[in-house]
Amino acid sequence: MTPRVVFPNKVLPYLLVAPQLAITLIFFYWPAGQALYQSMLKEDPFGLKSKFVWFDNFAKVLSQPAYVNSIKVTVVFSVATAAVAMGVALLLAVMAEKVVRSKGFYRTLMIWPYAVAPAIAGMLFLFMFNPSIGSVAVLLRRLGLHWDPVLDGTDAMILLVVAASWKQISYNFLFFVAGLQAIPKSLIEAAAIDGAGETKRFWTIVFPLLAPTTFFLLVINTTYAFFDTFGIVHAVTGGGPGKATETLVYKVYNDGFVNLLLGSSAAQSVILMVIVIALTAIQFRYVERKVHYG
Amino acid sequence: MADRKAPASGHDKLMIGQSATGIYIAHAVLILGILVVAFPIYYTFVASTHTLQTILRPPLPLLPGGKFFANYTEALFGGVGRIGGVGVGTLLFNTTVMALGIAIGKIAISILSAYAIVFFRFPLRMTFFWLIFITLMLPVEVRILPTYKVMVDFGLIDTYAGLILPLIASATATLLFRQFFMTIPGELVEAARVDGAGPWRFFFDILLPLSRTNIAALFVILFIYGWTQYLWPLLVTNRNDMNTIVIALKKMVSFADADTQWHLVMVTAMFAIVPPILVVVLMQRWFVRGLVESEK
Repeated sequence: MTPRVVFPNKVLPYLLVAPQLAITLIFFYWPAGQALYQSMLKEDPFGLKSKFVWFDNFAKVLSQPAYVNSIKVTVVFSVATAAVAMGVALLLAVMAEKVVRSKGFYRTLMIWPYAVAPAIAGMLFLFMFNPSIGSVAVLLRRLGLHWDPVLDGTDAMILLVVAASWKQISYNFLFFVAGLQAIPKSLIEAAAIDGAGETKRFWTIVFPLLAPTTFFLLVINTTYAFFDTFGIVHAVTGGGPGKATETLVYKVYNDGFVNLLLGSSAAQSVILMVIVIALTAIQFRYVERKVHYG
Repeated sequence: MADRKAPASGHDKLMIGQSATGIYIAHAVLILGILVVAFPIYYTFVASTHTLQTILRPPLPLLPGGKFFANYTEALFGGVGRIGGVGVGTLLFNTTVMALGIAIGKIAISILSAYAIVFFRFPLRMTFFWLIFITLMLPVEVRILPTYKVMVDFGLIDTYAGLILPLIASATATLLFRQFFMTIPGELVEAARVDGAGPWRFFFDILLPLSRTNIAALFVILFIYGWTQYLWPLLVTNRNDMNTIVIALKKMVSFADADTQWHLVMVTAMFAIVPPILVVVLMQRWFVRGLVESEK
């Protein structure tokens, strides 16, 4: 890189970065440091005495059946949400690539859910699916399907996955459309001339060339399911019934704010931090590769 | 896309290997998809125009009822009992302040820091850059409790500053502006300097106008981000009249409880989802651009 032309000011640049830096230090680094520190403290419930206990909190958290359960719940929830949201979006994007007419119309309607808060998405689905006044639930019952997300853990999980993926379809759709547009049409036409049918063309040309987009979305969707869906869980199930839908982020909140288990909550925060760092690292490593396909 | 012109009739053109049946199937799948995607929102609207009694006797009709004006007036001016007599107007105001504050604040502080990092050379420049960059890995969710404590110490509970400030530091926006600034040719800076323009002049007269589309794109994304926040407003607001509309909605809804005012809940839900949908749809061009670019 050639040296850039720059302004010679000595003090001004510090003033320019000051606002962002101040906010970053006060609201990001200081609390993150506190979380690290607290994760190694043992406090009595009244916050009067505290003792430095090294990694005791981590050992305790990781050996808790409730925490292990919460890991399982989060994994099931994330995998299901990412699979449904990406599968549906890919199908719709492939179809949208085929048509010319009304393409703009389809896209406009497809992006609506992006603007809906996850918590509201959850409440709308619960409104439709709850056993007492939900219209869809009533129809399902008439079809003989026993359905109760309020009492049945599996049903509750299904409801969360449906609401969370519904909200994420817009995002995935836009990225898949962008990815599909970058695939040279000549390649697909050449395969068609060679006699490859539509299904074969999709699996041997389109899907492999879409891999960078798919992988990128996989990371984004996992991050979304891990962190941005707190609102859905909190508004729809509150982690229940039992602990059937208690995700990791919900548990941090619940242990910290409701049960006031400070050390445990802090240790869980730190574990989450490690997960985010891993996800971000993966994202940055592979986003580089995405460039090759444009 | 092949270079052939679309037929004058406006029908879908066929690529080699495409069949007309395939196109019809594509349209059918898309329409089905749209129905699934739009249904919950449409259904909310339908529910917001019926009486409470109709809602309590499912299944709900698929067409809007006649209570549109009655329900909307009651929600807007009646003060919804469930959330401590706070009208929808107050909630909308709070949410708008928060969404605008976050969008404008984020853009302002990140464009300034990106400007400093790209157009100046100073000790600790890269340290600052990395300090900002690493915040990508510290979402609110992983440092809930200590951040809350900071808010208490600063007396920021139940204030707009409390809702906005902790969310405006953004590595993504800074990275985006940095990337864009690096594409600006050095000759431009040189020319500006030769003409006697100082750094502020250059920033306002050249850099800002050039960044217009980036700012618009980012604005849409960040406005939606601010509007749909949940965890943070849940923590820093205790008073009902400081709630955002999403949190208020959560407080209004109780599925176990028989006296939830569903018709008013649905009106409130409409007010919570229509403004951001309008922003996304009306600014679609910038939105799509901003989304695809800010994540690159």
